[in-house]
Amino acid sequence: MNALDLHQVDRIHGQGNAAVHALRGLTIHVAAGELVAVMGPSGSGKSTLLNLAGGLDRATAGSVKVDGVELGDLSPKELARLRRHKVGYVFQDLNLIPALTAAENVSLPLELDGVRRRPARAAAEAALAEVGLVDLADRLPADMSGGQQQRVAIARAVVGDRSLILADEPTGALDSETGEQVMRLLRDRCAAGVATLLVTHDAAHAAWADRIVFLRDGAAVDDTGARPVAESLLTGA
Amino acid sequence: MSIPHGLLALLRHGPMYGYQLRAEFEHATGSTWPLNIGQVYSTLTRLERDGLIEPQATDDEGRQRYALTAAGVSTLGEWFAKPVTHADRPRDELAIKLALASTTPGLDVQAIVQTQRVATMRRLQDLTRLKQEPGDVGGLAWSLVLDHLRFSAEAELRWLDHCEGALLKAASAERTRPPVLEDAAAPEPTEERAR
Repeated sequence: MNALDLHQVDRIHGQGNAAVHALRGLTIHVAAGELVAVMGPSGSGKSTLLNLAGGLDRATAGSVKVDGVELGDLSPKELARLRRHKVGYVFQDLNLIPALTAAENVSLPLELDGVRRRPARAAAEAALAEVGLVDLADRLPADMSGGQQQRVAIARAVVGDRSLILADEPTGALDSETGEQVMRLLRDRCAAGVATLLVTHDAAHAAWADRIVFLRDGAAVDDTGARPVAESLLTGA
Repeated sequence: MSIPHGLLALLRHGPMYGYQLRAEFEHATGSTWPLNIGQVYSTLTRLERDGLIEPQATDDEGRQRYALTAAGVSTLGEWFAKPVTHADRPRDELAIKLALASTTPGLDVQAIVQTQRVATMRRLQDLTRLKQEPGDVGGLAWSLVLDHLRFSAEAELRWLDHCEGALLKAASAERTRPPVLEDAAAPEPTEERAR
């Protein structure tokens, strides 16, 4: 079973003449343990794709499944629950809570989900250990470098038993070496069985993925996992 | 890059014989530039003829070793001191291909760009995988060659994005250009151009 399945997904904003097709018949699968990068120019539908995959937005047509569960069939409450349990987010702008320590930031999603403080703290420390930051568990974000903060954000995304990480330009605010460390970390998480969908402009970081999907005008135009088609591009040839 | 200079650089470490030079060359370049032993020996013959290297006493197994001469050291120094100019590099087929494609009627140039983008991206993925391999596979020299290949692939992808942007802009300018009236006078040069 794939961690994420989008099948023939359309997302249309507005109606009639004002309708904007953000996604058109998009089909993407991400298997457990797979890292898939999505590239494409601005307005090609990358953010819409992440929002749909994370249940933050609903498809106009088609099917979106996370761990085999059809998101369109879920009530808002069920959807929120699935998001908390299954999906982790990593953004460019980190979104750590400044007044909370690294460990508190990481344990927060578990505590919001009703996990008691002590087991939540233990799970947070385990997640921080996986990103090499257990010694900084009690530091505030302001006392950490950008790279360390992003690692905390990744620990928060994988804490508990998440099966899918959605990463939106996670290396965007980092220098190239720190960005590479973050990619290495995402790869390690995938090796541990988590599926990751990564949106990025940076070819060097997309190259860490198993497959790269190119979006254009809301549709997938290519996939580096697909076999190349050698044919003449000269019309009539 | 020339093989003679590469061999001279390796001989700076001390006298070596042909097979040893080939192995060291491939180690330093991560086998991105495979040499056959015939090339190594013919290059050594030329370098000896030009007085840049000289034969040494054979080793215990009868292998002929070579060492740099003073002229060889000086030639090597000049090579390192001189920047590599673009004229020394082979012409880039991709640049020529896209330039010609943009002026060839009946071609979907965007499709050509995209086909190349996928191929270059695959290459960058392969190179990135090599970079991820644990341990010191080829040492610093190989790591730097690998980085060069990765950065070149990245630069090519950026250039492809740029080409695509320029093509789209040109196509949109073509669509919005007002029809030319046959009797219209040739436009006066603008002040900018006339200056």
